[in-house]
Amino acid sequence: MSRQPKFLHSIIAALGLSGAAILPPADAAAQLGSPNPLPGAQGTFAIRNARIVPVSGPEIAGGTLVISGGRIAAVGANVAVPPDAHVIDGTGLSVYPGMMDAATQMGLAEITQGATPTMDNTEVGSFNPNAIAYYAMNPHNSHVGVTRVVGVTHVLSRPSSGVIAGQGTLANLAGWTPAAMTIRQKAALIVSLPRAGGGGFGFAAQFGGGGGGPNAAAAQRQREAQLDSLRAMLADAKAYDQAMNAASRDRALPRPTPDVRLAALVPYVKGELPVIFEADLAADIRTAVEFAGTEGLKAIILGGRDALTVADLLKEKDVPVIFTRLRQMPPREDDPYDVYFSMPGQLAAAGVRFAISTGNNGAQVRDLPSMAGMAAAFGLSRDDALRSVTLWPAQIFGLADRFGTLEAGKVANVVVTDGDLLEARTLVKHLFIDGRLVPLDTRHTVLYETHKDRR
Amino acid sequence: MSIHSHTTRALGAALLVAAAASMLAAQGARRASILIRNGTVLTVTRGTLQNTDVLVENGKIARIGQNLSAPAGVEVYDATGKYVMPGIIDPHSHMMMDGINEGSLSVTSMTRVHDVLNPTAPNIYRAVAGGVTMVNLLHGSANTIGGQSATVKLKVGRSTAEMLVPNAPPGIKFALGENVTRKNRANFPGAPPPRYPTSRMGQEEIIRDAFTRARAYKAEWDAYRAQPSGRNAPAAIAPRRDLELEPLVEILDGRRFIHAHTYRADETLMLLELAAEFGFKVRTLQHALEAYKIAPEIREAGAGMSTFADSWSYKIEAFDAIPHNVAITVRNGVVSTINSDSDERIRRLNIDAAKMMRYGGLTEDEALATITINGAWQVGLEARTGSIEVGKDADIGIWNGHPFSVYSRVERTIIDGETYFDRAQDAAARAAMATERAELERAEPNQAPAPRGGPGGRPGASIGGNR
Repeated sequence: MSRQPKFLHSIIAALGLSGAAILPPADAAAQLGSPNPLPGAQGTFAIRNARIVPVSGPEIAGGTLVISGGRIAAVGANVAVPPDAHVIDGTGLSVYPGMMDAATQMGLAEITQGATPTMDNTEVGSFNPNAIAYYAMNPHNSHVGVTRVVGVTHVLSRPSSGVIAGQGTLANLAGWTPAAMTIRQKAALIVSLPRAGGGGFGFAAQFGGGGGGPNAAAAQRQREAQLDSLRAMLADAKAYDQAMNAASRDRALPRPTPDVRLAALVPYVKGELPVIFEADLAADIRTAVEFAGTEGLKAIILGGRDALTVADLLKEKDVPVIFTRLRQMPPREDDPYDVYFSMPGQLAAAGVRFAISTGNNGAQVRDLPSMAGMAAAFGLSRDDALRSVTLWPAQIFGLADRFGTLEAGKVANVVVTDGDLLEARTLVKHLFIDGRLVPLDTRHTVLYETHKDRR
Repeated sequence: MSIHSHTTRALGAALLVAAAASMLAAQGARRASILIRNGTVLTVTRGTLQNTDVLVENGKIARIGQNLSAPAGVEVYDATGKYVMPGIIDPHSHMMMDGINEGSLSVTSMTRVHDVLNPTAPNIYRAVAGGVTMVNLLHGSANTIGGQSATVKLKVGRSTAEMLVPNAPPGIKFALGENVTRKNRANFPGAPPPRYPTSRMGQEEIIRDAFTRARAYKAEWDAYRAQPSGRNAPAAIAPRRDLELEPLVEILDGRRFIHAHTYRADETLMLLELAAEFGFKVRTLQHALEAYKIAPEIREAGAGMSTFADSWSYKIEAFDAIPHNVAITVRNGVVSTINSDSDERIRRLNIDAAKMMRYGGLTEDEALATITINGAWQVGLEARTGSIEVGKDADIGIWNGHPFSVYSRVERTIIDGETYFDRAQDAAARAAMATERAELERAEPNQAPAPRGGPGGRPGASIGGNR
C-alpha cells in the first residue's frame, strides 16, 4: 500500500509495547505511527463513581466496576477497590459492556475497489467448509483499530462466497496475533442458499418474473441442484463422522480416507455449532429454516430483510436473525419510508430473537451504535437497542456466559464513555478488551494529529 | 374479476389521487403559511432559541419570537418539546437522475443534469422524511469535465420545473483521480475501455486544453460584442455557438460554479493552481477526502469543501480519509459540508453531522452548519435559505428530539412554507395503502398464470413447464 507510511510497522515493532497498564496521554502520543497500538497487560483496574449500565440489570448510579485478570471481578454501588488497582475516576462517565457486530469481515478485507490483493473475504468454488476466517484475519488491518474506539469490542468475521463460504471466527478487536484476538476460531458455518428466482413471496415474486418464465425456471432448477449438492455434502459429512467413530471403536473396520472438508462439517451436522444462512426474501428464509430442520442444523438467519413476514415461523423454531438491513432502501415504491428502520422494533414485538449488525466488511462497522440507535428512533425500546448489539448477539452464538453484559466473571470487554453509548456524538474515554486497557490511537487519529496544526 | 373492470377501478383510484393533488395545489397559498409554536429553534446562524415561535407566511419566514399569533386560517403547529431546524441541504446528490454519467468524452460540459430529472422518483420522499429540503444534483465522476448541475428543492409530487430553484447560480461537475483514470475498475469484467486521460497528468492537460480553447472562444465573442452597434454599424458575423465551451466561458466570467470531485491532496492542488493561472474559482471540492492535508491552500483559493462524514477505505484514494477532515478544514476557515452522494445516506445526514462533534470537536452550531447554511453557500443560495432567519425561505425540519440524537426522527418537513412530509399523515395513510395494495394483488390481471402441467398454484413451482 504505497500511500500508507512505510515505517508504521517498524515503529510498532520497535516500540515493543507492553507493560504499563495505564497509558497516560503522553505514552499514547508516543505510539503515533501505529494504526492498531497494542493493548496493555491484564492488570487490575477499578472504574469508580461512574454511571454503570450493566445491560443485565438496572443502571447503577455512582457505581464501581473492578477488572482483574481479564475478567470483571465485581460490579455494584458498594464495591471495594482492590489496593493494587489502577483507578479511573468515572465521575460524569458511563460504563457499558463492549458491543458486538455479528456479521463483519473484519481483518479479511481492507480496500474494496481497485486493491483486490487486500481482499481475502471470498474463495473460488461453491463448497468451502474448511475456509476459515481466522487464517486470513490480519490483526493490523486498519479497520480493527478504527472500529474498537467507538466501543465495538468483538465481532464475528466471516467469509462470503458460494453456497458454503466457510467458517466465521469470533474475535476480540485487540491482540497482536490472530490467536490473541480469537474468542472462537470455528464459530459458525456460513451458507448462502441460492436466492429464490420465482418463489411466491417478496420482491422476486412481484417483479422478478414470478410468473414462472424461462429465467425463473432455470433459476429454480439451479437452486434445486445446489440444494441437492448441499444435502449430499452434509450427508457425506454425517456418514464420514459415523465411519470415523466406528473405526475408532473397532479396529477391524476400515478407516475412511481423511477429508478436511467433511471433517470441518461434522460439528455443524451434529448441531453443535450454528449454521448461518444468508437469506433476505421470505421464501429463502422459509427454505433455510425448513432445510435446517430437516438436516438437524442449528440455524441463524443473516440479512433478514423479510424476517417480519415469517416472524411466526422464526419464533416457533426459535431461529434468531442477524439483521443487517436497517439501512437498506425500501424495495417497493409503496413501502413505508421507515420499513427497515422500524423492523427491529416490530421483530422484538413479534418475539423474534435478533441482533442488529452492520453486515459491513470492515470500514463502516463503526456505524453499529448509530444503527442500533436509529432502530430505537423507530419503535425499538432504547434498552432493547442496547441489547441488540451487546447481549443478544452474544446469546445467538452461545457466548452470553462470557460476553454481552457487565457481570462479575465475564470477560472484561468494557467501554467507558462520556455519554449514551449509541449516540454519534459520544466519545469513548477508556476501552478495555479482554481485561486489557486499549490505547485509543488509530490510523485516523495519527493522520489527524499529523496534520491538524499545519498552517 | 375481469381485466376491464379492474382497469376501470385502477383508473378511478388514479383520478382520485389527481383530484386530491389539484385540490392541494389550489390551497397552495394558504398552505405556504404556518405558525410553529413553542419549539427549540436551532437557527444555526443566530444560536439556539428556547420556547420560540416561528411564523411562516407565503413561503417565507416572517417572524421569529415568542407569543406570536397566527393570521386567520393559518395552521398552528404545537412544537412544544420539539426541535425546529433549517431544512438539510445536500451538496452532492444524484437523486431523480435517470442518467448520471455521459462518460464517452473527457469533456462533456455540454450535457445538463436538468434534462434527465425524474420528479416521480420514490427516493425524493424518503429524503424529505429525513429532513432534507434541497439538493445539488451533480453529473457523475466519469470524466474530467462533466455536465452541468441542477439545484432543486425536494417538492414531492411537483413537476421538475417547480422543483428547480429559480435563479440558482448554475454549476458544473469536474472530476479527478481514480474514477476518471478508471484504474480502480481495470480488472472488473465489463470495465469500460481505456480513454484519455488514464493518469493525473492527462487530467491536468484536459482541463488546460479546455480552458485554453474557452479563452479563445471568449475572445471571439468579446471582439464581436465590442463592435459598434447601431444602424450605421458595419455588419459583423457572430461566432458560431459552441455548447461545450459556453459553460467554461461562464466559469471564466465567474458566472458558473465548479463542483470538483477530488480525493488526493496533490490532484486537488493541481486544480487550484490551474484555476489561479486561468483566473477562475472552484466553488466546492467534492469528497475532498484529503482536504485536511492542504486546508490552508484550500482556504487561500476561496474554495469550499464537501465530504463524507466517515466513509473511507473503499478504494485506494480513500485510504487516507479521516473523519476529522471537516474539523480541520473548518478550523482553517473553509466553508465545509457533509454530503451523501447516496439516496440511502441522504436519509440520515443529521447523524453524519453529529459525528463531526465526536471527530475533531466541532461545536453544535458548526456541525449543524455542515448540513445547512454552508451547503446553501456552496450552491450560492445562502441569502435565501440554510438558516432560520426572518426573510428567508421557509425550509424547515421539525424533529421530535434534537436532530443530532440517534433517537430522534423528523415529524415534519416544510419547503417554501409547504409541508412535504408529515409523519402523522404518513402513518395515517399506511392502512389505506396496504388495503389498496392487497386489492390490487388479488385482482385477476395481477395473478400469475396457472402452471402448465403441474399441481399447485404457486408461481415457479412448475419447474418442467418451460422445458
